[in-house]
Amino acid sequence: MENIDEIDLSALSDDELVEQMHDDLYDGLKEEIEEGTHILLDRGWEPYAVLQDALVEGMRIVGIDFRDGILFVPEVLMSANAMKGGMAILRPLLAETGAPTVGKMVIGTVKGDIHDIGKNLVAMMLEGAGFEVINLGINNPVENYLNALEEHKPELLGMSALLTTTMPYMKVVIDTLVEQSIRDDYIVVVGGAPLNEEFGNAIGADAYCRDAAVAVETCKELVAEMRAAN
Amino acid sequence: MTETVLSSPTRTVVIGYEKPFCVIGERINPTGRKLLAAEMALGDYSRVEADALTQVQAGAHMLDVNAGIPLADEPKILAEVVQLVQSLTDVPLVLDSSIVAALDSALAVYKGRPLVNSVTGEEDRLETVLPLVKKYDAAVVAISNDETGISEDPDVRYAVAKKIVERAEDYGIARCDVVVDPLVMPIGAIGLAGRQVFSIVHRLRTELKVNTTCGASNISFGLPNRQGLNAAFLTMAIGAGMTSAITSPLHPEIMTAIMAANVMMGTDRECRTWISKFREPVSDVERGERAGRRNRVRRRRVAL
Repeated sequence: MENIDEIDLSALSDDELVEQMHDDLYDGLKEEIEEGTHILLDRGWEPYAVLQDALVEGMRIVGIDFRDGILFVPEVLMSANAMKGGMAILRPLLAETGAPTVGKMVIGTVKGDIHDIGKNLVAMMLEGAGFEVINLGINNPVENYLNALEEHKPELLGMSALLTTTMPYMKVVIDTLVEQSIRDDYIVVVGGAPLNEEFGNAIGADAYCRDAAVAVETCKELVAEMRAAN
Repeated sequence: MTETVLSSPTRTVVIGYEKPFCVIGERINPTGRKLLAAEMALGDYSRVEADALTQVQAGAHMLDVNAGIPLADEPKILAEVVQLVQSLTDVPLVLDSSIVAALDSALAVYKGRPLVNSVTGEEDRLETVLPLVKKYDAAVVAISNDETGISEDPDVRYAVAKKIVERAEDYGIARCDVVVDPLVMPIGAIGLAGRQVFSIVHRLRTELKVNTTCGASNISFGLPNRQGLNAAFLTMAIGAGMTSAITSPLHPEIMTAIMAANVMMGTDRECRTWISKFREPVSDVERGERAGRRNRVRRRRVAL
């Protein structure tokens, strides 16, 4: 039998509890994260402070260790899932209080391409970092992106492709945004196995993201820059 | 008996149920290899040369050749690389591209009978790739997805594979020349990815009676000690009936696992390949009483 010390989360001080939640996120413990979230709210914490100090900070640590090869994909998925548990509690409260959001992204695999594991991984990592993600799935023509941008008004548009034949379609989408004079309203990030930075630049994207961990860091930076500029 | 016959001008490789597992070297592929991609785009194929030779030396029976570089002239590069690799080695090649024009240009220069990688169950792919395969009398890898994506239901993936095989027959391509790729997903993200493949492969072998292949390294994406997982996956896939894989022959764990699986499947007759690879070398001191027989000439059986 594994020796598991039961920790009574409600007996911890605020600081201890927040640190424990960072550990629990790292270990992908969804129920514990939900319980911790409730306790902090009951103690009068602002939803936004719970999000930032407990969840986003915890996932930042997860992201670093993923990037450095210390954590692996299944572990990060569990962490992201635990984070989602906390977010489900906080999201309606955050909306009520009008707290600033981390950011919102519309993401989808481009037309002609049916690969979505990597894209889903990016979506989950972003949700894990506190972003709201609208996932359009696979095989998206330009209209799907335009409709979703119109409906959800995100800061970010993410596109994925796994084939050299389908990745040029990203340029079709970006060119359409330019034609409609809405290109500058969004941060456009792209990714997928056959892509590289040069391709991202050539088609007019704001960034190429090599993997899910890089995507999270890049999106955070670009949203911060966009907000600072406005 | 289903046998897929591939060739170069001087060598023939047969993929089949009674044959040792066919190892297709995966390394000549710029996807995720920044340096190789940059060099290939500039027409520098030195790394391709090295990859071709080391993989064949490590025991690859065939080599996959892919030139999927963004913003590059893939039809031109793929044809050049195919010609180069054929000038260096005599193993048959797998011509790997998602661009039909690149497959066409590579098929036009290839000497022998290659394996084309790949066609999917998507209507426009079926209509463009299959006529090419027929025109050049090649064999083709059939990937079991269609317009709706990659189903997590093995029955759906089997049905897609069946559709492709039947469409190929409509184009005059024999069933034995369609090698089905059941699609290997990262097990770190999809916990049942292994079982899905084993179950589809078993059906492909017993019901559809086709040969099978896969991109084996996908299974371990995002996990540590990838070669350990790849080796276990290949062993189990071979047990389920898989007959070839695109993988890295440069890792001893993988090649040992495949050789052992060949022994288990009875395709390494009398374990000859296994024994000749792993027989402990005998030193002169240990040779002792056998020393007098050292110069005995062994009679050789005719190779199978």
